[in-house]
Amino acid sequence: MAQGDFPLLVERSAPGRIGAAVPQSDVPEVPLEQILPSAQLRGGPPPLPEVSEPDLVRHYTQLSQRNYAVDIGFYPLGSCTMKYNPKINEDAARLPGFARLHPYAPDALAQGALRLLSELETALAEISGMDGMTFQPAAGAHGELTALLMIRTYFADRGEARTRVIVPDSAHGTNPASARMCGYDVVQVRSDARGNIDADVLRQVADERAAALMLTNPNTLGLFEERITEVEEIMHGCGAQIYLDGANFNAVLGITRPGDQGFDVMHMNLHKTFSTPHGGGGPGAGPVAVKSHLLPYLPVPVVVREGERFRLDYDRPQSIGKIRSFYGNFGVLVRAYTYIRTFGPLLRQIAEAAVLNANYLLALLRPAFDLPYDRHCMHEFVLAGTRQQREHGVTTRDMAKRLLDYGYHAPTIYFPLIVEEAMMIEPTETESRETIEAFARGLLAIAEECRTNPDVVRSAPHTTVVSRLDEVTAARRPDLHWPIADY
Amino acid sequence: MTAWVPHKYIPLTPQDREHMLRVIGAASVDDLFADIPRSVRLLRDLHLPPAPSDAELLRELGEMSARNGDADRYACFLGAGAYDHFIPSVVWHLSGRAEFYTAYTPYQAEMMQGELQAAYEYQSMLCTLTGMDVANASMYDGASATAEATVMARDLTRRDQILLSAAVHPEYRQVVRTYTRHLGMEVVDLAHRDGTTPLDRVSDSLSERTAALVVQHPNFFGGLEEVQALAAAAHAAGALLIVSVADPVAYALLKPPGALDADIVAGEGQPLGNPLNYGGPYLGMLATRQAFVRRVPGRLVGRAVDMQGRRGFVLTLQTREQHIRREKATSNICTNEALNALAAAIYMAALGRRGMRQVAEVCARKAHYARERLRRIRGFEVAFPGPTFHEFVLRCPLPPEEINRRLLDAEILGGLPLGRFYPELADGWLVCVTESRTRQDIDRLAAALEEMV
Repeated sequence: MAQGDFPLLVERSAPGRIGAAVPQSDVPEVPLEQILPSAQLRGGPPPLPEVSEPDLVRHYTQLSQRNYAVDIGFYPLGSCTMKYNPKINEDAARLPGFARLHPYAPDALAQGALRLLSELETALAEISGMDGMTFQPAAGAHGELTALLMIRTYFADRGEARTRVIVPDSAHGTNPASARMCGYDVVQVRSDARGNIDADVLRQVADERAAALMLTNPNTLGLFEERITEVEEIMHGCGAQIYLDGANFNAVLGITRPGDQGFDVMHMNLHKTFSTPHGGGGPGAGPVAVKSHLLPYLPVPVVVREGERFRLDYDRPQSIGKIRSFYGNFGVLVRAYTYIRTFGPLLRQIAEAAVLNANYLLALLRPAFDLPYDRHCMHEFVLAGTRQQREHGVTTRDMAKRLLDYGYHAPTIYFPLIVEEAMMIEPTETESRETIEAFARGLLAIAEECRTNPDVVRSAPHTTVVSRLDEVTAARRPDLHWPIADY
Repeated sequence: MTAWVPHKYIPLTPQDREHMLRVIGAASVDDLFADIPRSVRLLRDLHLPPAPSDAELLRELGEMSARNGDADRYACFLGAGAYDHFIPSVVWHLSGRAEFYTAYTPYQAEMMQGELQAAYEYQSMLCTLTGMDVANASMYDGASATAEATVMARDLTRRDQILLSAAVHPEYRQVVRTYTRHLGMEVVDLAHRDGTTPLDRVSDSLSERTAALVVQHPNFFGGLEEVQALAAAAHAAGALLIVSVADPVAYALLKPPGALDADIVAGEGQPLGNPLNYGGPYLGMLATRQAFVRRVPGRLVGRAVDMQGRRGFVLTLQTREQHIRREKATSNICTNEALNALAAAIYMAALGRRGMRQVAEVCARKAHYARERLRRIRGFEVAFPGPTFHEFVLRCPLPPEEINRRLLDAEILGGLPLGRFYPELADGWLVCVTESRTRQDIDRLAAALEEMV
């Protein structure tokens, strides 16, 4: 450990320390070799760190202080919907009947959990305009894969060998990656001058080879697909399915429903729209909702309600099978359920406030930055730092790093790929007018610094616990764990 | 439609909204949605029950929770991929800190050193436990991690066949099939013999088409595989050995797969400090050899230095990932199970070298005691002769489902009836004993069974 380094856990370790009460055996003592063959036994304990409980608590508490989070401040990370995560949801998920329930507990002992799943399904079906869903996918990308597997099986059952999935050039990287994991070829369609998928180009590639269009709506530019009904006609006209990447569902809750827009299948990111904590990168949940013609293909099991009784149904011969063990990220589902209950029909206000906040922030920032698509945005918008790059040699990445000095998390940068020097900003509905104005003042001040003192931006951040890190060397000579003593 | 109602999660006041609309230059909030064609607008309120008060809502949730038979109320002898290990209080007091759980993927490394260092430490401890060279920052769960490992093996070997032992968790096997179905891969099931994967059958099945052999260790029946011999057989055929694991606590006591020549370890990290949660969120683990690091799916955290030469941590080797490589990525995974990996790290750190060994040893001792105690009950016999870690299969004189039903009266959650996965084991009952079960629990179970026969 060099001077100025924050210690690694292993550097706090000393032989003989322990951070938890060790369980004792209360059964009659038998030599271990009578239980397990000595050839199978590890030579000694695994060389894990040895740290006392107080030191352990300080280590992780100090690490937490070297982090940034929604509970600390504004986190306008576009596409990720970093809204406030209500505390009551945490209390709900920690109830022992949920947190301490074994997944193979018989249905008779899981009636409360199954009821919650059933009611959550009913609520999300109403919100999305779809007919049924699976909760198994653990995240959005997992939901994409699940949906494409269902589409593929659906077409196989109809004797149609469709081989292509169409994605717009503004799509999340997960879309083409999921299509490949399902064995599809990816066809990319460009966006038009207003930031919509180019319907005329789409028409040319929409044929009997197309299995599905994967569309994000509002799209990753933060714009609603104005020609959605035309897109729907084109795709259904060639017999393909339309899939909604629901990453941006927050913008339209209660305003418009994907099912009414003609989507056949969609995933929802409960960790975005429905406010379950992002956990530093997960867990999320990516339930997939479908129209009735795809219901038979849902993964097993599904929850079935019979009067006031609930059960898990595995007897579904057309199902794609299982996409993960058990029933999904149940603890996340409990939080999403609680969240929906705390709004009821007022969910619509989430979308209204999110869109209002985004348009207000856009209005405050637009004088200083380039705006590639000049329309009312939905819940987020994409600016370009091309002016700063061209005139002052300061990149969007530099400005993002400088924002850290102002005490904010940076927006999503360099995505979507179709916007040069992109800066994707999503304020969410849980931010106050004052917060949005303060952030705007900060980013405008940075735009000014690009002119007056570009070096301070280019060498940012200056106030974080470490300065800019050398990612190139880190990737060239990967060091992925501390030195490990021989086991 | 319902007029605007103040809500505790939305700070905007009517005055704010008016001011903001004026600055935007829009007449109403509705104007902002003008790009949405009228024909697809929802022109009514959502049909959802109106929000109850928080007190009412918590009472309702409490009632739902109380209708479940959790492992606090019932002595739990269920395992089969989800394990009731004791979780020290520090684990969720620390991973439950909002600085961790209300953050996201650490895209801005300089501001997210806490999370990045914690992930690096998790990778370090997972390598220590499994004996592997590199571990990723997490996957979804044991089943999907095992499935991703088979796809990784295909890419590494450029072969398309997977040999899958029937002693691997049945749900993991189902997920492997789902993941590989449209990738031109063939999955061949290898029947078990007496509850383990038979080496001769493996050798007969391996060919120049085989990308990987997949076994679970300890396996689904609780038995121990001959991992080193299986690895040697796979390697002789040019294939990889994937070791799946449902409870990595075992490796604190058993030789880890890395010491037994495994190429990829994929499995479930729930037993490391994560609650049962009715099946999720859990923690997918994936660890492998250094040489394979550029084919690893998911996020990796690496050590770096800053401009002053100080130690720091970054997401690294990102050119494997979907946000850079799109359809050429090693996987589509983006959001993972970072918080569950954090809990696993704190769990391993709290127990440490001696504690982890002790948990594993106490599990093995108590399970052994239970196995010997239950097998003496008339009509019950141990299904498979080999040694077991903390789970074992009994053959029962009554249908296991019936036994479980009757055990509920004694507030005991019995083992898993195996008939649903193995028709030939319809009288098979997979019993798990972790360190959380007391001798008294085990004796109570034995007494209840004695009364039944």
